[in-house]
Amino acid sequence: MTDSGLFGARGTGDTSGYSGLVRTPASTGSSERPYGSYFDEVADDLERAYPEFSHAIERVVVDRGELTLHVKREKLVEVAMILRDSLKFEMCMGVSGVHYPDRTDREFSAVYPLLSLTHNRRIRLEVSVADADAHIPSLVEVWAGNNWHERETFDMFGIIFDGHPGLTRILMPDDWQGHPQRKDYALGGIAVEYKGATTPPPNDRRSYK
Amino acid sequence: MTTFDPYAPSRDTTEGTVFSVTGGDWDSLIQEIGSTKEERVVVNMGPQHPSTHGVLRLVLELEGETVTEVRCGIGYLHTGIEKNMEFRNWTQGTTFVTRMDYLSPLFNETAYCLAVEKLLGITADVPERASVIRVMMMELNRISSHMVALGTGALELGAITPMFFAFREREIVLDIFEMISGLRMNMAYIRPGGVQQDLPEGAIPKIRDAVKTMRKNFKDNTTLLVGNSIWLKRTQGIGYLDLAGATTLGITGPVLRSTGLPWDLRKVQPYCGYENYNFDVITADTCDVYGRFLIRMNELEQSLRIIEQALDKLEKLEGAPVMVADKKIAWPAQLALGSDGLGNSLNHIREIMGTSMESLIHHFKLVTEGFHVPAGQAYVAIESPRGELGASVVSDGGTRPYRVHFREPSFNNLQATAAMSEGGMIADIIGAVASIDPVMGGVDR
Repeated sequence: MTDSGLFGARGTGDTSGYSGLVRTPASTGSSERPYGSYFDEVADDLERAYPEFSHAIERVVVDRGELTLHVKREKLVEVAMILRDSLKFEMCMGVSGVHYPDRTDREFSAVYPLLSLTHNRRIRLEVSVADADAHIPSLVEVWAGNNWHERETFDMFGIIFDGHPGLTRILMPDDWQGHPQRKDYALGGIAVEYKGATTPPPNDRRSYK
Repeated sequence: MTTFDPYAPSRDTTEGTVFSVTGGDWDSLIQEIGSTKEERVVVNMGPQHPSTHGVLRLVLELEGETVTEVRCGIGYLHTGIEKNMEFRNWTQGTTFVTRMDYLSPLFNETAYCLAVEKLLGITADVPERASVIRVMMMELNRISSHMVALGTGALELGAITPMFFAFREREIVLDIFEMISGLRMNMAYIRPGGVQQDLPEGAIPKIRDAVKTMRKNFKDNTTLLVGNSIWLKRTQGIGYLDLAGATTLGITGPVLRSTGLPWDLRKVQPYCGYENYNFDVITADTCDVYGRFLIRMNELEQSLRIIEQALDKLEKLEGAPVMVADKKIAWPAQLALGSDGLGNSLNHIREIMGTSMESLIHHFKLVTEGFHVPAGQAYVAIESPRGELGASVVSDGGTRPYRVHFREPSFNNLQATAAMSEGGMIADIIGAVASIDPVMGGVDR
């Protein structure tokens, strides 16, 4: 994403008094107790059922009414088992990868939204790993439905889910090179000419920083 | 080996003899297969097979007519929507998500917009009229989607007439969509902050008429299929999946409700004000294709009930805003359809170009740059016709989505094909897949 070659403001470019050009960085700290809603109860239950809580959970984040447990990857399967069996999170709604190239040694995040049918609750697990060592233990043994979701995340990001029964590409062709959802993977596309004017492909268009 | 047949050539491989069928003479193929000693046959079904519900490829291992193993091959409709969205602004995202599951575009848009609104922190500011319109549009969409599920499902099992009835009803709904948004599919009508434009004049009486017509017309398919002995033989006890299987596979929607669990996000985790409507959650306890069929049939009536209540609310909210008041998010444009069914309101253009500098600036900024969304992530789940449709949206604080991932119920539920079909007859795979109702646009995205 560059803004060279085409018109576009340098600097803030804000001449309108438009206040939107300020970026708010995402919080990186842990949330303070009380978390509110049922989140305290979930955290308490997990601490009680899982003595290694403080060792396995790196951060507990409550943001926008959602609870995220940042789990160390070595402890992921253990935590998942406890959450499923003791805290009754019967369903895992899959896994979604996110690539943060600027976050050294934590470039990839895998995000697992969990759902408890018994208690009607939702929480989220997040595991972060380095690009150079993009391995995460598979949760297919815990929730069989994660099978395709992990294959998709592998296909799109190249995160390797250790212990997955058949980690192959699922959406892209088998012989495809690269992992399309990585930020360093160009979108591609061709310029389109219409009535004498040329519109460049999306990833060459100017973008607002 | 018999003489060479150009329509059914065969070659020997380490896996056994491979026959390529390109149409034409099936007799010679059957003769050849009959001459081999092996009972076990591996058949490729699809991706261009009329009854695999889209470009779904099924690799079947058969012993006679019994299926011993099923594997799904997907990805034939992968269009990289999630990647593309990272290069467009937040509002443009709706134009992309609407194309994922093309039979339920309004659900995709709503899930995405609710997630963006959550990130913006404006969930409570969305005007009531916008939420009611969203609910009404979603329920209309549920009807049109269930109509395709029922119609194609019946067609795939050999019943052609239900398809005609189903598409007749779907057409009524699509006409309403066209009247309201200008488009029959992929409307991008629901936008972060509200909806793109208000209902056109005369929409409410027209929808009331349509509800009346549909309620009458639905009886045609009911009398044709419910209790029909051939239909029962093709669907009862077929595609069995119980509650334990459904939870471990993450199955939601009609397939989960066919195990007897009344899990419907509209009831248990309401959004868009669903808690203010009276409707029932339909379940079945048969865990089979027939149960799922009955659930879809009965959900039609519940959707009609919700639409009627939404219309009552809309009449009371006449003239109320359909977009958040925040001028840094809502476009100043009051878009309206021209007589050609397209375009912008000339009055609006005249106003912003001629008299309002502020509107012009805001319009320009919002269209070219878009609005900024505070950094963070959100997961919003809604009940689509196929189950839990989840939108995971990540923002880095910019004017474009940093990452959007859709948890598509079709994608997830298709995993149940093997559990439903292995050990059954080959003809029953069709019924099982049809009862999952996967939409390949949603599966592959």
